[in-house]
Amino acid sequence: MTATLPAAGVDGATESPSALRRFLHGLPGVDQVGAEARAATLATRSIKTTAKAWAIDRAISMIDLTTLEGQDTPGKVRALCSKAVRPDPADPDCPRVAAICVYPDRVPIAKQALGDSGVRVASVATAFPSGRSTLDIKLADTRAAVDAGADEIDMVIDRGAFLAGDYQKVYDEIAAVEQASGRAHLKVILETGELATYDNVRRASWLAMLAGADFIKTSTGKVQPAATLPVTLVMLEAVRDFRDATGRQVGVKPAGGIRTTKDAIRNLVLVNEIAGDDWLTPEWFRIGASSLLNDLLMQRTKLTTGRYSGPDYFTLD
Amino acid sequence: MADTKPARLDVRKTYKLFIGGGFPRSESGRSYVVHDTEGGFLANAALASRKDVRDAVVAARKAFPGWSGRTPYNRGQIVYRVAEMLEGRRAQFADEVARGEGLATGDAEAAVDASIDRLVWYAGWADKVAQVVGSSNPVAGPYFDFSVPEPTGVVAVVAPQESSLLGLVSVLAPVIVSGNTAVVLASEARPLPAITFTEVLATSDLPGGVVNVLTGRIAEVAPWLASHMDVNAIDLTGVRDADTARELELAAAENLKRVRRPDPGDEPDWTADQGTARLTWPLETKTVWHPIGI
Repeated sequence: MTATLPAAGVDGATESPSALRRFLHGLPGVDQVGAEARAATLATRSIKTTAKAWAIDRAISMIDLTTLEGQDTPGKVRALCSKAVRPDPADPDCPRVAAICVYPDRVPIAKQALGDSGVRVASVATAFPSGRSTLDIKLADTRAAVDAGADEIDMVIDRGAFLAGDYQKVYDEIAAVEQASGRAHLKVILETGELATYDNVRRASWLAMLAGADFIKTSTGKVQPAATLPVTLVMLEAVRDFRDATGRQVGVKPAGGIRTTKDAIRNLVLVNEIAGDDWLTPEWFRIGASSLLNDLLMQRTKLTTGRYSGPDYFTLD
Repeated sequence: MADTKPARLDVRKTYKLFIGGGFPRSESGRSYVVHDTEGGFLANAALASRKDVRDAVVAARKAFPGWSGRTPYNRGQIVYRVAEMLEGRRAQFADEVARGEGLATGDAEAAVDASIDRLVWYAGWADKVAQVVGSSNPVAGPYFDFSVPEPTGVVAVVAPQESSLLGLVSVLAPVIVSGNTAVVLASEARPLPAITFTEVLATSDLPGGVVNVLTGRIAEVAPWLASHMDVNAIDLTGVRDADTARELELAAAENLKRVRRPDPGDEPDWTADQGTARLTWPLETKTVWHPIGI
């Protein structure tokens, strides 16, 4: 447990562009070899039998079931919604997923299909996935999604500005979108695959949290690499230390590249070991995925029936 | 002193599994000792576990669309290529079969020759089986109606226990020429020629995952294959114990696998003419009604 907070604390960090820069650059550097080694060691944990069954059900309940394609038809969104409410039609005990994640114009369809099932609707916004547009358009995009009934907004940060060192611009944008999203939860996508270093991931995490993010999310899923374990580890350290410093808890959502039950369980181990079990609920930890759900269901069926299952028995999506 | 060459160290072969075109050790890290018929030490072979079964079935399922989507002619060419490669390593196989099965050199050579000929024979069937078992059906309506055989999917094969190469080839070749992919459990006591045969497969343009070979215990591995929901058919030829065979057949019923029961009595005479029975059992028939107007 290494604290990642600068000695000076967070007070006054957002007073001016130069204070913000001083704060972010004052964050301790990430030990790259150490972070990768720690993530690799935790990935070797063997989770079996009842613990595995618990982890599978918990992972299902944390999924943001995602479809973000140009070819998303209303039918596809409806099909995904019915899968979200009842992932395994053969087993009523199977938990439902946390949310459906779609483009803003698909929100009304998802909202209607989900009704009062308790599954939330998340919408990407702010010129997803590149984030390359003007602030007005990003805000309009956000309002459209909220007006259509989105419970959660997944925004992307301006990576160009971040990498150019214009942290104030990124901060102001996040704060503006936070205002525009109103009651909806705000998830801030850092797109770690474009941030190049773990130091940048740590800075972007703190920047987003200072600006008011309810969740920090690794990736859009459109860039490789997406959610790697060391990146998730760095972000989990950030939310842990942010809560210690400010008392406010922020959630984490790895997204992209998590396809197997093994990957999902490794993420849960990481949450438990780095951030602690306060984060081990759908309220504070989500997994953005689509094909992962079928693998979890196959493993779940294997545990309950004792025979290996196959992709023939679950819906394609 | 100067004219004595130093003795070479033994370079012993590590017999591993064959999954998805690669040669992994068993996930369990276990191995077992393989003896010749006199009880002498031959080699260590990998002792496959249920997780190796899982990996092999995943590899076979992944290879299925590509393999079944190839033209039958192309599949025939590849199986013929397997025969060519086997011919090139005839001496090695004769030696291995002789030691493993306790045969005289001449008999072992005959078994290898028969294996090569059998591969060639089944290779020829690849683009003919649809003509022989498919049909154009007369129907009472304005339809052109025809039935074609299609591969059933992933086929599990428990290979014959006695005949380690000829028996293996005789059950495996007919399964894959028609476009199925296979997970083979090699002879329990004589697994070595099967593993060496995978080296032939790996160098014959056969896509990785079309054939996967496990070595280990029937009692441990076969139940996982029989109960696996993503396996479409199982050949129990190598299961000589009637009770085990019945249990496996029961486990296979859950997802309505095609089951090929072991032949009654002793192991079949693999040198005999095989007919087309082994070619047609892992096929399913698709019938198409195509309107022709009046």
